[in-house]
Amino acid sequence: MTAQPSAAGADPVPTGRDQREIDPDDVLLSVRGLQVHFPIRRGILVERQVGAVKAVDGVDLAVPRGSTVGLVGESGCGKTTFGRAVLRLVEPTGGTVTFDGTDLRELDAEQMRRQRRQMQMVFQDPMASLDPRQSVESVLTEPLRAHDIGGDHRARVRELLDVVGLPASAASRYPHEFSGGQRQRVGIARAIALEPQLIVADEPVSALDVSIQAQVVNLLEQLQDRLGLTYLVIAHDLAVVRHIADVVAVMYLGGLVEQAPSDELYATPLHPYTRALMSAVPIPDPDVEESRERILLTGDLPSPAAPPSGCRFHTRCPFRQETRCDDERPALREIRPGHTVACHWAEDIEAGRIAPRESAVVEPDVSTA
Amino acid sequence: MTNDPTRPLLAVRDLGVSFTRKGAPDVRAVDGVSFDVSPGQTVGLVGESGSGKSVTSLAVMGLLPRRNVRVDGRVIFDDDDLLTLPRERMRDIRGRDMAMVFQDPMTSLNPVVPIGVQVTEVIERHQQLSGDAADKAAAELLDRVGIPDPTRRLREYPHQLSGGMRQRALIAMALACRPRLLIADEPTTALDVTIQAQILELLKELVHDSGAALIMITHDLGVVAGLCDTVHVMYSGRVVEGAQRRELFARPRHPYTGGLLASVPRLDAARGTPLHPIPGSPTDVLAWPSGCAFAPRCHHRVDACTDGPPPLENIGGRSLRCVNPLPTTEEVPA
Repeated sequence: MTAQPSAAGADPVPTGRDQREIDPDDVLLSVRGLQVHFPIRRGILVERQVGAVKAVDGVDLAVPRGSTVGLVGESGCGKTTFGRAVLRLVEPTGGTVTFDGTDLRELDAEQMRRQRRQMQMVFQDPMASLDPRQSVESVLTEPLRAHDIGGDHRARVRELLDVVGLPASAASRYPHEFSGGQRQRVGIARAIALEPQLIVADEPVSALDVSIQAQVVNLLEQLQDRLGLTYLVIAHDLAVVRHIADVVAVMYLGGLVEQAPSDELYATPLHPYTRALMSAVPIPDPDVEESRERILLTGDLPSPAAPPSGCRFHTRCPFRQETRCDDERPALREIRPGHTVACHWAEDIEAGRIAPRESAVVEPDVSTA
Repeated sequence: MTNDPTRPLLAVRDLGVSFTRKGAPDVRAVDGVSFDVSPGQTVGLVGESGSGKSVTSLAVMGLLPRRNVRVDGRVIFDDDDLLTLPRERMRDIRGRDMAMVFQDPMTSLNPVVPIGVQVTEVIERHQQLSGDAADKAAAELLDRVGIPDPTRRLREYPHQLSGGMRQRALIAMALACRPRLLIADEPTTALDVTIQAQILELLKELVHDSGAALIMITHDLGVVAGLCDTVHVMYSGRVVEGAQRRELFARPRHPYTGGLLASVPRLDAARGTPLHPIPGSPTDVLAWPSGCAFAPRCHHRVDACTDGPPPLENIGGRSLRCVNPLPTTEEVPA
């Protein structure tokens, strides 16, 4: 047995977090019109580009310093590509990414490498993102060596391990000797080793067992309070994102459909997709499950190589109208302070003037009570 | 059919599974698991990875390999003990009277055989239909699980279908012979939430219409909350708590159940609601013979927990394996 319960149990008893001071105008990361199009090529001797997979197609997002912005969406919506494009781990094909006043797309490779000291990533699967033949000490000192940071590396490793709640003895061990939750702690320690300002966390807890997820969520929150980190958390689990993020952006087929403060988004989701997504998330409470209405979407996600015309959601939208939806792409509009939505009919839907198709709504189930 | 409503359709008694290997101690993956499934009832088996929930279902279905596996206990379905049935009889029952839906529809469908062939295979094997009649029945099945344009889909291969569509096809195959028991092992884990909602709704509807009983195996308490009549929580190969759904969620008595409920972020919880994680990881277990396997992670641990294996007791309609359960009055921290 490799795991020491006391190590992972070192978390202090969690209490509610204090409200952090966040200035919404002090933007650390600003993304404008970001596009990532992957070309589709055909031909044997002469390759021609016959189309493009529009993985990310015009996304604006601002991440204020010290805050957590959550990006949610289902598989294939482009959220992971977005996160990677922000760090230029895939090259954007359009738009701008401004980090702390620097336009990242203007930087050459070496400048970008240096810039990444300020922006690090936590990956989904710690087993795949840690080299199985590299000891934890080597994993944690590699970024220090890569960026020519002097000082006592061993002491720094001990400090990092302590910060993420692992014993100092973990330094000489290898990834396979840890449990999933502990491995993710190593991944987080690596990300904070350079004292970055921004951490992009792509599905940081979804590979972990349910009883472990809360440990890692709490750790991320503690680190933010302690180190003043700014997070962009990318996840498919709306409940996790709502818990951790100040602002949540919902992505569908390469574009944002709605963005709002976390509580506001939950209380008044305006976009039909957000509504469907929320009603689909199971809640571990039989009373809630039986009393709530579910909006079921029909069909599957369309191909991002041939996205639908007009609103990209119109092919599955239970609120779809005769006009505008299928020929006019809705822009994100601010409907309330800080709450933007890309739907032509958001006001009418909110006021109840437009009802969803009846077949899409599953009424609360009273028969099983 | 001998459907006495008072008698369970499936009775699992003291089921145990050991994996054996030469030169190494046996691994007891499942031990002393007992539960009943009444006709038409939906029963949830909840646990994390390694809790033995999938091995339990494979043992019930007789799908575990014979080599290096020892299964003991009894699995009574109708009047037969499935563990002692000859292979031929078991094959007739499997697919006809009881069927299974697996987690990953891509690996449980044959990638080089069209969907239609795979669906009609079940019908031909168990219902003595063939040719056009079987094709027609297959198209009707796909239609019933909500696959549009079923005759065209029958000619397609699994990779041409989306994940949700494949899972629908698997459910269609499982329900082809109107089984009386359906076992679904994490049927929605590989799917997106909006597709998961569709599939759960479909399962609910089909089970309700056909009167089949359902064993739902999942790690997701949310899925269980909306679907199951009774729920059994497994930890390290044993059932630690089992109760009516409402009872279990409102008043969890086992510290593991309570811990799980308190550690899952809820979509409807206000922001800033603290999460109370269970310390350690599911690999920090004590071997059951020396005490409660959950004791190393348990905040409610007392000395008696490590004195010996706690028995599964029946307390007021609930089964509980704990020497120091959570008090009934304690509210679960939301």
